[in-house]
Amino acid sequence: MSWYKPSDVGFAVRSKLADVGLGARLFLRLAFRGAQSLRRFGLVRDQIHFLGNYSLAIIAVSGLFVGCVLSLQGYYTLQRYGSSEALGLLVALSLVRELGPVVAALLFAGRAGTSLTAEIGLMKAGEQLSAMEMMAVDPVQRILAPRFWAGVITMPLLAAVFSAVGVVGGYVVGVLMLGVDPGAFWGQMQVGVDVWRDVGNGVVKSIVFGVTVTFVALLQGYESQPTPEGVSRATTRTVVMASLAVLGLDFLLTAMMFSI
Amino acid sequence: MQRSNNDIWVGLFVLIGAAALLFLALQSANLLSLNFQKTYAVTARFDNIGGLKPQTAVKSAGVVVGRVESITFDDKNFQATVTLALQTRYSFPKDSSLKILTSGLLGEQYIGIEAGADEKTLQAGDVITATQSAVVLENLISQFLYSKAAEGSAPSGNSNKK
Repeated sequence: MSWYKPSDVGFAVRSKLADVGLGARLFLRLAFRGAQSLRRFGLVRDQIHFLGNYSLAIIAVSGLFVGCVLSLQGYYTLQRYGSSEALGLLVALSLVRELGPVVAALLFAGRAGTSLTAEIGLMKAGEQLSAMEMMAVDPVQRILAPRFWAGVITMPLLAAVFSAVGVVGGYVVGVLMLGVDPGAFWGQMQVGVDVWRDVGNGVVKSIVFGVTVTFVALLQGYESQPTPEGVSRATTRTVVMASLAVLGLDFLLTAMMFSI
Repeated sequence: MQRSNNDIWVGLFVLIGAAALLFLALQSANLLSLNFQKTYAVTARFDNIGGLKPQTAVKSAGVVVGRVESITFDDKNFQATVTLALQTRYSFPKDSSLKILTSGLLGEQYIGIEAGADEKTLQAGDVITATQSAVVLENLISQFLYSKAAEGSAPSGNSNKK
């Protein structure tokens, strides 16, 4: 194995820097000029249908089971300190603050992000994007922007569905199976959960994750090598990068929102 | 704009998401009973507020009658100035006293109002001075240790008790 030459390092740094710059440029185009695509709402609507409606089942079922498990595990710990009435609060706070936005975003990256990357990567491989440019149609405006905005709109809704179904799942296990008092379950929850601090910040988180996941998926598709292998790699990178970005951002957002 | 079959399903999806948000806001965070109640502001001075935070409940006889709005430090007399937002539908005598209490052994701290006997009621902007500070565990322990030490050095006092 040969040693790396200094010029290789320079090349790698330069190409990474170029990637970052290109990503930033694409992001600004999507966020600002791409907002015009909201006026052609038919395109966005079809993408919401594709990203949102088809993700609903996996989000709802996952939310239900996460809520159930949270309730079981939480009950085990709380019962040791004789405070199993706080189960509702524990389930609701964990879901609304953390698990709802994060797990929904991870599922969204796997369910919808990959399909976005593959679709755009294949469009690029089939030279459809170049063909659009030849016809003076901007593929960023026509193809990427509606998908981006659809993802941003869809993600908070999916996270809310996840949290709500999770609370119901926690109720089913905690109250109906483990016998926690239903009044205490809801009462403790209502005293401890604040609309703006907890629910509101959860929504803000899920919007940020929606932007992150959708943007990563689109960027990977748009920048993929136009070969079958390149598209498959881009799809894998979407899941890896989107998941890591979501988890890292989640730590930052939590530190900013809840540490005060 | 032409209508498509997707409209219905997307509409349904958005409705489900909105319903989920509404459920979270109403059922788990109890939006309705938290806000939309008129309050009046009363300030109180405490020597030590312990672990009191804004938005803490103010309770009278265990019932929530208001919330702590803000906590500031007054560097004139070195006391904490706590602004309370009390619900308008409850009125208290002017000489009511405040205590910082703890719910349960390890629970959150809250402010308890004990009603006085004055004919006049608290108005917005009034200052309550009859306050009892939070119990600081370290002070309690040091008091206990001092009294123990005093007992040990004065055996005569001990024999008197017997």
